[in-house]
Amino acid sequence: MQLWLIPLLPLAGFAINGLFGRRFSKGLVNVFAVGSVVLSFAWVLKTILALGDLNSAYVEHYYTWIQSGTFTVNWDFAVDRLTAVMLLVVTGIGSLIHIYSIGYMAHEHGPNHGGYYRFFAYMNLFMFFMLILVLGANFLVLFVGWEGVGLCSYLLIGFYFDKKFATDAGNKAFIVNRIGDFGFSLAMFYIVKNFGSLDFSTVFSRAANAPVEVLTLIGLLLMVGAAGKSAQIPLYVWLPDAMAGPTPVSALIHAATMVTAGVYMTARSFPIYTHAPIAMEVIAVIGIATAFFAATIGIAQNDIKKVFAYSTVSQLGYMFVGVGVGAFSAGIYHLVTHAFFKALLFLGSGSVIHALSGEQDLRNMGGLRSKIPWTFWTMMCAGVAIAGIPPFSGFYSKDEILLAAYRHAPWMYWLGTVTAGITAFYVFRAMFLAFFGDYRGHEHHPHESPPVMMIPLTILALLSLGGGYFFKVPHFLSAFFPPLEAGEDSSLMAISVAAGLVGILIAYILYVAKPAVADSLAGSFKGLYTLILNKYFVDEVYDATVVNPVVSGSRALLWKGVDVEVIDGMANGVASRARDVGGVLRLLQSGNIRSYAAWVLFGSVMVIVALGVAGGLR
Amino acid sequence: MDIFLFLVFAIIAVVAAINVVVQTHPISSAVSLIGVMGSLAVLYLLLGAEFLAAAQVIVYAGAIMVLFIFVIMLLNAGTEAKRGRSLTVQLLGVPLLVALLGLLAYFVQRLFPQSVAVHFGGFTGGTALAVGRALFTTYLLPFEVTSLLILIAIIGAMVLARKEMD
Amino acid sequence: MTEVPISWYLTLSAILFALGVAGFLFRRSIITVFMSIELMLNAVNLSFITFSYQLKQVNGHLFAFFVMVVAAAEAAVGLAIILTIFKNRSTLNIDDIDSMKN
Repeated sequence: MQLWLIPLLPLAGFAINGLFGRRFSKGLVNVFAVGSVVLSFAWVLKTILALGDLNSAYVEHYYTWIQSGTFTVNWDFAVDRLTAVMLLVVTGIGSLIHIYSIGYMAHEHGPNHGGYYRFFAYMNLFMFFMLILVLGANFLVLFVGWEGVGLCSYLLIGFYFDKKFATDAGNKAFIVNRIGDFGFSLAMFYIVKNFGSLDFSTVFSRAANAPVEVLTLIGLLLMVGAAGKSAQIPLYVWLPDAMAGPTPVSALIHAATMVTAGVYMTARSFPIYTHAPIAMEVIAVIGIATAFFAATIGIAQNDIKKVFAYSTVSQLGYMFVGVGVGAFSAGIYHLVTHAFFKALLFLGSGSVIHALSGEQDLRNMGGLRSKIPWTFWTMMCAGVAIAGIPPFSGFYSKDEILLAAYRHAPWMYWLGTVTAGITAFYVFRAMFLAFFGDYRGHEHHPHESPPVMMIPLTILALLSLGGGYFFKVPHFLSAFFPPLEAGEDSSLMAISVAAGLVGILIAYILYVAKPAVADSLAGSFKGLYTLILNKYFVDEVYDATVVNPVVSGSRALLWKGVDVEVIDGMANGVASRARDVGGVLRLLQSGNIRSYAAWVLFGSVMVIVALGVAGGLR
Repeated sequence: MDIFLFLVFAIIAVVAAINVVVQTHPISSAVSLIGVMGSLAVLYLLLGAEFLAAAQVIVYAGAIMVLFIFVIMLLNAGTEAKRGRSLTVQLLGVPLLVALLGLLAYFVQRLFPQSVAVHFGGFTGGTALAVGRALFTTYLLPFEVTSLLILIAIIGAMVLARKEMD
Repeated sequence: MTEVPISWYLTLSAILFALGVAGFLFRRSIITVFMSIELMLNAVNLSFITFSYQLKQVNGHLFAFFVMVVAAAEAAVGLAIILTIFKNRSTLNIDDIDSMKN
């Protein structure tokens, strides 16, 4: 089936654009970059159609990577139903975003069209690693992809490498991710120790018989990795800063694909989690806490991209709730619908920013409804989807999660519903501030985006509206995941929908009907408002408790103490000793022939003694 | 008879050797060295090395030592200066010398039991005939090479010692 | 006993050799040093011939013969060198020839 073509096509795009793109025209760069991803998507379609119903996994074995005693790791790709869903999301949304980027990155400043070829090269490299992550048939191949997407995230966040805040954000993303990866690595070691293999099939078939403590520890360590990659508490802090990258990057990596890798990995490991209930509980609690926490921060943000960044953190929390309560297919379902409407929200923001020539602050927007109507209508589609209004996509997925949560622990349902309301509120706050009212900015001619940007937006809008209804993801995945007690409860559904509508209504009141009320509310709850606006000062707390002590400790102890004194001391010390020894030996070279003769005599006496002793005296 | 001859000439050899080392004027050392070589020639005869004894007298005592004496007279070498300068030699010289002699004597005594003895006529293979035969068959290559060596030595000596052309 | 043990000859050879080394170490005139070298070579010749007697072979004689030849060549060239040194430095003191000093 040539599964290897799926990741290798973007890799070829990366290689060609990376090596030669400097000399290409923009059009030629597009051909390789966008073409490779679109071809990969086509190949995914062909593969899935050809594979039939995928009741069992289809595995392709490439070569043996590690062989050490009884432990082997192979380069294997596998496709089952879960993989199929992920492949379609990654390549499909990836293609749309690549097409969009043609228009968005067209007017960058700087040499080589502002690094145009570099952008697409990195995007293709990201697609390569993400596809490896999804196709991997064992934890190690998945980890290769995991690390690779982290690298590409770093490269793309810091794409504007001459801006310090961008490179700082890239560093932050990579370093925080590393902490998560440490947990993941420990989990892998523990898996090898207990199961002797990293292959999914082997580990998962043996998981049922393993002791609960082992599985719980593995599950918790994997969760650390997932928390890093998927921006959950306490490792979410990198995602809002990652908005320093170009908007298509935010859409592709930090909304639709990379951040969902943690959810994918957790869902993939369901045989481990279903036998370790404590770990699942932890996941669900972290998920719901993150969902609520991030949503509250999103209320007060003024940068349009930061609003959606916190929204992503919050929605990822929902996905983890779904996975944590055992509704794995619901979690993946929300992953898919979230990819639709969150990518659309980001790309739409990109369209707004592009129209306003770089303005990102909501306070300087307004009344854009008439100036960029197409962007407005597509973003509204995303807005109603994320707010969970039926019959749009977000409603279906969020509702399934909330129902499952209710069945698991009612308090999670209630907290999730409140969060849904807050979600609707802040999304529509952003919409109303941007598109309604009077224009508060300075741009003279806000212009609509070119078709190459609008067509992907339209496609995503259609998907956001109808994707939930037409793509019956949970039904497709029900054959893969363990069954969960089904059952509808229309009253619960009604309550969550009502929460969404209430959120929209409050936003309308505060930002369209009576704008002054918003500011007076902010004034009366000043302390709370400041707290939220500054994201609960989490970054400052981390700085003080973790970052600064590590940096100063490192500087004082490891640098000055160990590196300079011990290591340099040893290296220099060896050299000094050698010089001293040489200095002593130099005295032998006196130039005096008779002393030379004396040394020769000394040597020969030694030789005679040695011969006598060694030869044995007969 | 053998032992008597041996002792006499051995003692002459040793005394002359000591004289070589001890005398201050080089001419005296040279003459003593001729004495050493002469006694060694007798000892060779005792050991049955007729050809070599003759060669010793003719080549060593007759040619090499004469060359030495020519050079000593040419250079007008006088008695030696008195000062000694090498610390290494002063410290290491005597102990090492004693060690060397002691070791060699010890090994000799250990390795060669007293039963093997030398008497005049015990070995008749040292005639000129035997030496010549070995020289031109087994040792032909070294023979030719040494002739080349002598040629080089002659040229070298001439080059080094000639007067500069003005 | 009218026979002389082999070991006596070898001991004599060792004594002569040691005397040659002593002369090499403790004398300051170059010519005397050269003569000590000749003394050492003679001691070794004696030892070769002694072994040749012991093994009843003529090879030792051949060795000694070659030693003699080489000693002759060496003496010729060495004395020529001494002449050159004397021409350059007007001294025959071996301690003054120390231009190889560091």
